[in-house]
Amino acid sequence: MSPTDSRLPGRESAEPLLQVRGLRKYFPVPAGWLAAPQQLRAVDGVDLDIATGQTLGLVGESGCGKSTLGRAILQLQPPDAGEVRLAGQNIVGLRPAERKAMRREMQIIFQDPYASLSPRRTVAQIIREPLDVHQVGTPAERRERVDELLDTVGLRADVLDRYPHEFSGGQRQRIGIARALALEPRFIVADEPVSALDVSVQSQVLNLLARLQSEHGIAFLFISHDLAVIQHISEVIAVMYLGKIVEQAPAFELYAQPLHPYTQALLSAVPLPDPRARRQRVPLKGEVPSALQPPSGCAFHTRCPLAAERCRVETPVLRDAGSGHQVACHFAPG
Amino acid sequence: MSTAATAATSAALLQVRDLSVEFATDEGRVRAVDGISFAVRPGETVALVGESGCGKTVTGLALLGLIPQPPGRIASGSILFAGRDLLAMPETELRGMRGSQISMIFQEPMTALNPVFRIGSQMVDVLRRHQRLTRAQARAAAIEMLAKVGLPAPGRRIDEYPHQLSGGMRQRVMIAMALSCGPRLLIADEPTTALDVTTQAQVMDLIVDLQREFGMALILITHDLGVVAESCQRALVMYAGKIVESAPVDTLFRVPRHPYTDGLLASIPRIRADRLERLPVIAGMVPDLRHLPDGCRFAERCPRVRDYCRLASPPLQPIGKAGTEVACYVPN
Repeated sequence: MSPTDSRLPGRESAEPLLQVRGLRKYFPVPAGWLAAPQQLRAVDGVDLDIATGQTLGLVGESGCGKSTLGRAILQLQPPDAGEVRLAGQNIVGLRPAERKAMRREMQIIFQDPYASLSPRRTVAQIIREPLDVHQVGTPAERRERVDELLDTVGLRADVLDRYPHEFSGGQRQRIGIARALALEPRFIVADEPVSALDVSVQSQVLNLLARLQSEHGIAFLFISHDLAVIQHISEVIAVMYLGKIVEQAPAFELYAQPLHPYTQALLSAVPLPDPRARRQRVPLKGEVPSALQPPSGCAFHTRCPLAAERCRVETPVLRDAGSGHQVACHFAPG
Repeated sequence: MSTAATAATSAALLQVRDLSVEFATDEGRVRAVDGISFAVRPGETVALVGESGCGKTVTGLALLGLIPQPPGRIASGSILFAGRDLLAMPETELRGMRGSQISMIFQEPMTALNPVFRIGSQMVDVLRRHQRLTRAQARAAAIEMLAKVGLPAPGRRIDEYPHQLSGGMRQRVMIAMALSCGPRLLIADEPTTALDVTTQAQVMDLIVDLQREFGMALILITHDLGVVAESCQRALVMYAGKIVESAPVDTLFRVPRHPYTDGLLASIPRIRADRLERLPVIAGMVPDLRHLPDGCRFAERCPRVRDYCRLASPPLQPIGKAGTEVACYVPN
């Protein structure tokens, strides 16, 4: 496909919609007076592929770099190194005009619908804004599109003139989703979109996102710390630890056969809503080390039950372990 | 009163009867907790479960006499702790109870720890307020307690400030502080919600281990049904200010009687072995506490609703042989 082709590639397309290669994002952190700033390695060499209409779940604990990865892919935080290709075109370092065109294709849904919607704008203005910015259609067509979007996300037309504070968390998240959909993007980063919601509302929003994916063929990077939510919504799951992907596999394969000791510990720590479930926790030593000074070799070796001398020295690469499963561990089977 | 509650009364450590808590707002009075009754036996672990705004945190604060008045007000009820009514107790005496007899830990430890004092001096204060100890004895006791909650190098860490610790470590310090005087009841309000999954498991395991070791009763306030299933013996499910179901945890998850409990259990995403296309949902949303219906508060969202459900609020009544109580006219 030529880089200028703006049509949606079909499912049969051999090339994934989104290709991330060697993506890196460091943040300088002041170390003190006259001292050279330290580098916080938020994203440290990540490769990812997401196909059209596919949901890739990105799971990890706070500070592992998952939100930064989402933002670096969207160029909301320009990466330091690496490539992000959308339908074959590298979008890193685009000129402003090109970047604006690229933004039509890629959107984001935030965790906190209280903070991400302007309190002074009506619902109609919030949802219309991207259409206005990109001058899509006539004003009448934009109004029509807003009505259509409200219907898509399950809000009634009488909410148009109201303000965000008049809505519950679940409804606000629907407004945020409607805005993200306005320009018919091909790819959406959903950053903890249901974490702030109550259980009964959470399931409504998850069902809505799943429907959008299947009806509109949108590809999602779904970021979450919740292992049950991420399994439900994703086809493929990537597990992140200290800026790196340590394991990636089809969703059900990952849960049935976790290969990385970190994934095994994560899964064993999830409290199961079944009083009769009995299982052995995989104990982890200590806490997540600082991304300012990640451990040498395998960043997980300080907490790993399998750690050996080799792990302190040699950084494991993400390698193929069969049936679409990839793992970055010297001792994982496969 | 129901028979199950009566049976528990004789042995109860805590006996809450008809507790109502109101708050004055710009739009009139809001009843956050509406006539709830329950009992907790010594050493028992009870979960208070529900979604935001259901009244679970307000209930926890009321047990400690921590409802800010005004705008809050205890509108009715009694809270008997070891036979004495906490609501009728003078503030000075209540202060003596807090920390020594009843302790509370919160979701965000930074709000409970004073940022300008070293951990040690805060713990020594708590210990010396309730026990006759010298400063040196209190410090030794604090170090011992910090070691017990798994704080590495407690002899050094005791002289650090709260901001120098990670979230998980702060939560351990708060637990150490709450348990330092050996309370008979610990109220834990979402103690692991702000923590990561692996830390969450460590801290929850710690709370349950210490609860057993000290033989204290635990009221765990949470929205997380997974935590309830793993850590509690009994659960009270709250909805819009009322207890809608009370049951042994094992029974609750197997045979949820109230349609809300049923819906909640069905709608949580679970780790599964096969793909589920759609999650079951509870339609609609929680009613506005300022405009509550006359009848059952769940009626608007209930798949089993009957005409008479909208007439009067159903009382909490025993059902079956397992010790379950349910507030529903058409229970499972």
